[in-house]
Amino acid sequence: MLYQIFIDPFVQMVDMPDFLLQVIWEGFVAGVLYALIALGFVLIFKASGVFNFAQGIMVVFAGLTLVGLHEAGVPAYLALVLAIGVMAVLAIAVERFVMRPLVNQPDIILLMSTIGMTYFLIGLGEFVFGGEPKKMITQELGLPTGSTEIEIGERGLVILQHIDIAAAVIAIIMVSALALFFNKTRIGRALRAVADDHQAAQSVGISLNQIWAIVWFAAGIVALATGIMWGARSDVSFALEIVALKALPVLILGGFTSIPGAIVGGLIIGIGEKIGEIYWGPLVGGGIESWLAYMIALVFLLFRPQGLFGERIIERV
Amino acid sequence: MFYREAGQFKTSYAADQQVFPILQDRIGVAVILGIAVFVVPFVANDFFLSAIAIPFLILALATIGLNVLTGYAGQLSLGTGGFMGVGAYACYKLTTIFPDVSIVVHILLSGFAAAAVGMVFGMPSLRIKGLYLAVTTLAAQFFLEWCFIRIPWLYNYNASGAIEVPGREVFGTMVTGASAGSVPRYFTVLAIVILLTVLVKNLLRGRIGRQWMMIRDMDIAAELMGVRPLYAKLSAFAVSSYLCGVAGAMFVFFYLGAAEPSAFSITLSFQVLFMAILGGLGSLVGCFFGAAFIWALPIILRAGPPMIGIPIAAETAFHVTSMIVGALIVTFLILEPHGLARLWQIGKEKLRVWPFPYA
Repeated sequence: MLYQIFIDPFVQMVDMPDFLLQVIWEGFVAGVLYALIALGFVLIFKASGVFNFAQGIMVVFAGLTLVGLHEAGVPAYLALVLAIGVMAVLAIAVERFVMRPLVNQPDIILLMSTIGMTYFLIGLGEFVFGGEPKKMITQELGLPTGSTEIEIGERGLVILQHIDIAAAVIAIIMVSALALFFNKTRIGRALRAVADDHQAAQSVGISLNQIWAIVWFAAGIVALATGIMWGARSDVSFALEIVALKALPVLILGGFTSIPGAIVGGLIIGIGEKIGEIYWGPLVGGGIESWLAYMIALVFLLFRPQGLFGERIIERV
Repeated sequence: MFYREAGQFKTSYAADQQVFPILQDRIGVAVILGIAVFVVPFVANDFFLSAIAIPFLILALATIGLNVLTGYAGQLSLGTGGFMGVGAYACYKLTTIFPDVSIVVHILLSGFAAAAVGMVFGMPSLRIKGLYLAVTTLAAQFFLEWCFIRIPWLYNYNASGAIEVPGREVFGTMVTGASAGSVPRYFTVLAIVILLTVLVKNLLRGRIGRQWMMIRDMDIAAELMGVRPLYAKLSAFAVSSYLCGVAGAMFVFFYLGAAEPSAFSITLSFQVLFMAILGGLGSLVGCFFGAAFIWALPIILRAGPPMIGIPIAAETAFHVTSMIVGALIVTFLILEPHGLARLWQIGKEKLRVWPFPYA
């Protein structure tokens, strides 16, 4: 038993390095997607202190809108623009009807309101687009679909799906764009000011309402990109909502307020759970992917309660 | 006019500290209990009892369980569904191992299994707080759900992977299984829920309950004043999980009849959390309000339009219900963040000073 737990998996890893690489690559791609969802969380949490549970359903909703519009006969790129428009409307509506009346409420109330929004969006999405999983319009959007095989050593083989590479590239572009936006533009600076201190930001003339709408819109765009990428790998379906909960351990690892943390956390969780599932999963009957991420986060938290990049928590009476 | 405590003097400490110090409250509670015991089972039809009253009572108990943890001890939990599942599976195993022991005993015992599991997953709460803790309880939720699927011993190695409730008798009447009528089931559930609610109410008024509230309001200050966080937090987890476990066991044995692991998914956790928050955190009566509201609302929304002559497809109704529930939750949080219990309290205050607007 001990041999099976501590030695056998490593022997397998060394024995078949190409398989290990493949597993790590798969984990990496999953991690990128977790990181993208976590990014949406972090954006909103930083600017408004709201723990946005609805990010997962926003991903599904954005993807569904895109595919649904295309199915209704709208050309792919126009559908993309319209989907961005829908996310903008959603952001403004959320700010106006949920965030503004609830300003200054305790965290748990805000959290609950986003869970309420989740229910609303699930109902709306199913009502408008139907509950069945849909195929993402990968080709119509000009995303690559093939795969590349890379030979390693004498007989090793690693298969890279082009869509996965595209996902990684898009994620990198998006994070860089967000970093630029936060650091170099006027609105970005205002966003950071709001994140730092609501009252101080307001006193120098920054409109909180406007900033929140922008931040929700930014999270909506991140959600749309995530929806496209995830949809291209599997289908666009409401099952994604549960997967999106995986962003929580990612956030825990990275800390709620750190964008680099979200990315590093996403990769650790993605790769960690894939390796765990492949090499240690069979020992306990498989399927451990569903909870391994949370367990990793839990164990991690016991040693570092504020996360990898989070600010140190100082408590006073 | 009738709701005044003027003239009710307390002449002993016992009278001062009773659960309902106002006479009208005592009468009100007695009337509600009387209706629940003597009127509802004989007037209501089968549908009302099995689809509304029984699950309402069971979920109210689960909500009380969550409220003990989140509302009184201040530890946010998203693992309620998992703990309810532990109770259900423990009860199922107990009935298989000891088929001759009364089912009520099994149900009350199965809560202890949930309490043990709850304490294990409550350990991180000593170091982790707030939203971070919520994620560790998610770990419990998903891990337990996985256990229900992957450990065949839990469901007696049967092929379907689901647990089937065997028929059991209490006082010579079938209360579980396919042949049990709704009235005996209702009475059993009602008795257990009342018993546990009274117990919890007194627990909350006592030393342990006050310690939980100290921990909730400010844990560091509570620690400085001599409350042991380890003891207080773990006891909150234990009591909360016990109640959830009993509720879970009843959920399967008296309501569902048979359950797959998906019955205890994260959706159930959220549903109970909604009940606790909409009802009012830190309020026992709120648990019943919240459970009634969240449970009855979709049923009314689904059954309502066809009754008044608006034909509506089942699927559409389902989606619209989800939308309306979501919108109502947000609306409620905006209008009254402290929940229905707070509205109830405001109503009572208004009644006391009526017909004047201020006292």
